[in-house]
Amino acid sequence: MAGRSRKYRVLIGKPGLDGHDRGAKILARALRDAGFEAVYTGIRRTADEIAAAAVQEDVSAVGLSSLSGAHLRLFPAVVEALKQRGAGDIPVLGGGVIPDEDLAALKQAGIVEVYTPGTPLAQVVEAFENACDRHQKGRSGK
Amino acid sequence: MNREDLLQGLKGRDPRAIARAISLVEDGDPLADAILGSLDESRIEQALVLGMTGPPGAGKSTLTDQIIAGYRARSQRIGVIAIDPSSAISGGAFLGDRIRMMRHALDSDVIVRSMATRGRLGGLCAAAGAAVRILASSGCSPVIIETVGVGQSEMDIIRLADVTTLVLAPGLGDDIQAMKAGLLEVADILVVNKADCVGAETLAMDMEAVARESRDKGGSTEVCMTVASEGRGIAELMQTVEALEKQYRQGGEHARRRQHAYDLEVLDWALELLRPELLEKIAKSGSNRTGDPRLKAAGILRQI
Amino acid sequence: MAEHPKAREWEEKVLKKSLHRFPERKEKFTHHGGEEVPRVACPESIDAPYVEKLGFPGQYPFTRGVQPTMYRGRFWTMRQYAGFSNAAESNKRYRYLLEHGTTGLSVAFDLPTQIGYDSDDPMSVGEVGKVGVAIDSLADMEVLFDRIPLDTVSTSMTINASASVLLAMYVAVAEKQGVPGEKIQGTIQNDILKEYVARGTYIFPPRPSLRIITDIFQWCSKHTPAFNTISISGYHIREAGSTAVQEVAFTLANGIAYVQAALDAGMELDSFARRLSFFFNASSDLLEEVAKFRAARRLWARIMKERFSAAKPSSMMLRFHTQTAGNTLTAQQIDNNVVRVTLQALAAVLGGTQSLHTNSRDEALALPTEDSVRTALRTQQVIAYESGVGDSVDPLAGSYFIEQLTDGIEAQASELIDTIDRAGGVVAAIEDGFVQRQIENSAYDYQQEIERGERVVVGVNQFQTDEKVRPPLLRIDPEVERAQVQRLKALRESRDNGQVQAALAKLGEAARSEANLMPAILEAVRSYATLGEICRVMRDAFGEFRDAG
Ligand SMILES: Nc1nc2c(ncn2[C@@H]2O[C@H](COP(=O)(O)OP(=O)(O)OP(=O)(O)O)[C@@H](O)[C@H]2O)c(=O)[nH]1
Ligand SMILES: [Mg+2]
Repeated sequence: MAGRSRKYRVLIGKPGLDGHDRGAKILARALRDAGFEAVYTGIRRTADEIAAAAVQEDVSAVGLSSLSGAHLRLFPAVVEALKQRGAGDIPVLGGGVIPDEDLAALKQAGIVEVYTPGTPLAQVVEAFENACDRHQKGRSGK
Repeated sequence: MNREDLLQGLKGRDPRAIARAISLVEDGDPLADAILGSLDESRIEQALVLGMTGPPGAGKSTLTDQIIAGYRARSQRIGVIAIDPSSAISGGAFLGDRIRMMRHALDSDVIVRSMATRGRLGGLCAAAGAAVRILASSGCSPVIIETVGVGQSEMDIIRLADVTTLVLAPGLGDDIQAMKAGLLEVADILVVNKADCVGAETLAMDMEAVARESRDKGGSTEVCMTVASEGRGIAELMQTVEALEKQYRQGGEHARRRQHAYDLEVLDWALELLRPELLEKIAKSGSNRTGDPRLKAAGILRQI
Repeated sequence: MAEHPKAREWEEKVLKKSLHRFPERKEKFTHHGGEEVPRVACPESIDAPYVEKLGFPGQYPFTRGVQPTMYRGRFWTMRQYAGFSNAAESNKRYRYLLEHGTTGLSVAFDLPTQIGYDSDDPMSVGEVGKVGVAIDSLADMEVLFDRIPLDTVSTSMTINASASVLLAMYVAVAEKQGVPGEKIQGTIQNDILKEYVARGTYIFPPRPSLRIITDIFQWCSKHTPAFNTISISGYHIREAGSTAVQEVAFTLANGIAYVQAALDAGMELDSFARRLSFFFNASSDLLEEVAKFRAARRLWARIMKERFSAAKPSSMMLRFHTQTAGNTLTAQQIDNNVVRVTLQALAAVLGGTQSLHTNSRDEALALPTEDSVRTALRTQQVIAYESGVGDSVDPLAGSYFIEQLTDGIEAQASELIDTIDRAGGVVAAIEDGFVQRQIENSAYDYQQEIERGERVVVGVNQFQTDEKVRPPLLRIDPEVERAQVQRLKALRESRDNGQVQAALAKLGEAARSEANLMPAILEAVRSYATLGEICRVMRDAFGEFRDAG
């Protein structure tokens, strides 16, 4: 459409009990400043709540943050919950205090990208851009 | 999701289809016609559209959350369109209203949709109106529109509502002054939220005065006090909303407002639909800057 | 220096008494050549402005420290925060730390414990034993302090929303060891207000939470007089991204709210004020941090004296624990973190902290390993025993730079507190989201500066290297959760459930009345009611707070 490019909608969620939301909020703001529409869920959400919100908001990507070391349980649970709701096509990205050695397991479980502290925001934003691009292409392909 | 799945899904109240439909219409996708053409007009007619506006932080989302709980207790399906401003610089938005409504996230009869204003000159009424219609058509009633009452575009959206509440809270003095002129006029119910905080009584007295003034002029403005964070005053507020709705439906005000909203949406859509063609014509007319812009515009319109 | 009457008065009245009660570490403190290190360096001539702004250590306004001789008497408490997986593992780590010279324990609890969920609660999935030790009942607490004498060790517990329950468990374990309440020493964090703005482990809404806190104040003033009943924490506010000024302002504003709540509950100011303690962050801007600590001390002293009319000097003293800044640790080139921690720890010591936790090099990646915890502790020991900065009190005083910065931070923080007062106090400012927004904006601005390269983070946005070796990390075996759940199940089967139900019912009654909650909680704890069960009763009575975004 001329005059208006499509906006990417994304959802930032905090699964589990970890209340440190500085990273999640900074990311949501950075995404806003990069032109995304970023929905934020607040802290202490279950995987299922995050998935349900992602469906209602029709987002093109979900970002998760956890700093409590529970990522191996919580992130895959969100991927699973999205599938359950027929939204397995929505890519999930993760971030937090995550040791390198967990990366393989998370990728295996369907998390498309994982970021640890110190990653430049621009790089994370770009990953969202790419994930949304691929998601949109997949959609229009169908 | 293809066209058939989408339309089928809409009929079947599939949350994904509903969510997709709103995005497609909002993005101006060609499928919009098919989607909006398939809606259940009688449901839309019956649904209550409730406007919720007020200054930032007054408690609109918290109140909405409580109203959701109230209607769910009566097993009514309910929809929410929560509108937040887009950043003027980046065009992006931080959509945070949903945070306060997350306890309903797993309830399939509560549909919450966040929407950004996208800095549109027009088009917001069209997009928000369409979202309301999609939700109402899927069986939601009421459909609540939450929007920060600051700018002109928000004032316009609020005209989509059958009943409008203006949510105020003590301690936001300056904002209220600034709003008095515009929003107090469109509000049917003045909600003094945060009644647990200092200054609520004074604010309520001020609002009573405003309401009296409006009633003297034949209006029907009501005042309610709530503590949204504790769920106090919600039942009374809901009763007031319903009584007004009934009164408006019987007295013809409802039809008048719907007509007004309808016209507003038609105008908005007309401009939206014209926009691509206009932009193309302007681009084609080359880079000469001869003549007055208004005269040029008139010329282009004659060609259409 | 003894010419000024004030100076003489201080020497006669304050210093002598203190020296008598707490002799200094050495007879004489000297440099290598034998020159003596002054106890407190002062200006040539002591004038009124000096006395008013700086005064002498151990004396109002306490800018130069809360004790007359500071570290010449005794070093700060080296207190390493630790706790992970289950009670038995954590107990082992505590005994290891005590053997290596830590002088106080600091217990980290896992998130379910902090938020009042049992390990088998659906909300606890994946979190059990992760960021701290899982405690479900008194049985776990008994294991946690097995063979640790609670009459001599001081224990700090990072626990807030469920502090009343964990404190009750601690008291009950002490009882079993034969240690009376009067003998136990330590601190519970118990600072719920900062949880709403920065850390997120709240359970109940602010108002009932404040009631629980004042109940604790009251109960402890009678039964555990040597226990610090709150540690008002700026640490997490700073971690969430605030500036140094905001850290001071919001922390002291929270402090004001607690004092007011206790006064409203009918307590005598001087009966609880000396049991208030504080907890600050030591970040990397070395000199600003030193000034921050000094400014916080002076500002609190003024608040207590002028606003609350405190009479006793001990009520005006801001005593604080410090932890080095977790958010400055990088996952890249982790050895650099040792250097960061050293600078931050130095700031805390130069700023006059009462106790200190130094972070470990690997904490941006996972929980610290035993080796890196030891290095962190050694860092404190090097500062204490080798650097000599503890041999003279408040050694940076009088530097134009430090004094200007101290004045500036005090003035700005004071202004921010005024703003909060005008908004109806800190509880209103939190409910309204004002405090949260201020912190978020500072955090975002700071991050933007790093992104733009205006702020250099060594090894992250400059001086990067390719790293191949992976440091060994401490992992929490997922088995811990399963085993803990089993343990809990066994407890539920073996205890006297009739007694548990009776105790819980009593607690429910107490919660709905005006009665002090502590006796009922203590009784429930003794009956081996679980933390989750106890908190459920309180949740039903008080409601739950939901994220304010
Ligand atoms: N004390 C008190 N606080 C309330 C009440 N209602 C809402 N709040 C608090 O006020 C703050 C703002 O509430 P929201 O519901 O987000 O307000 P809003 O009008 O939706 O705000 P925006 O969407 O940002 O414009 C939150 O921290 C709420 O918890 C109330 O009745 N009493
Ligand atoms: Mg809102």
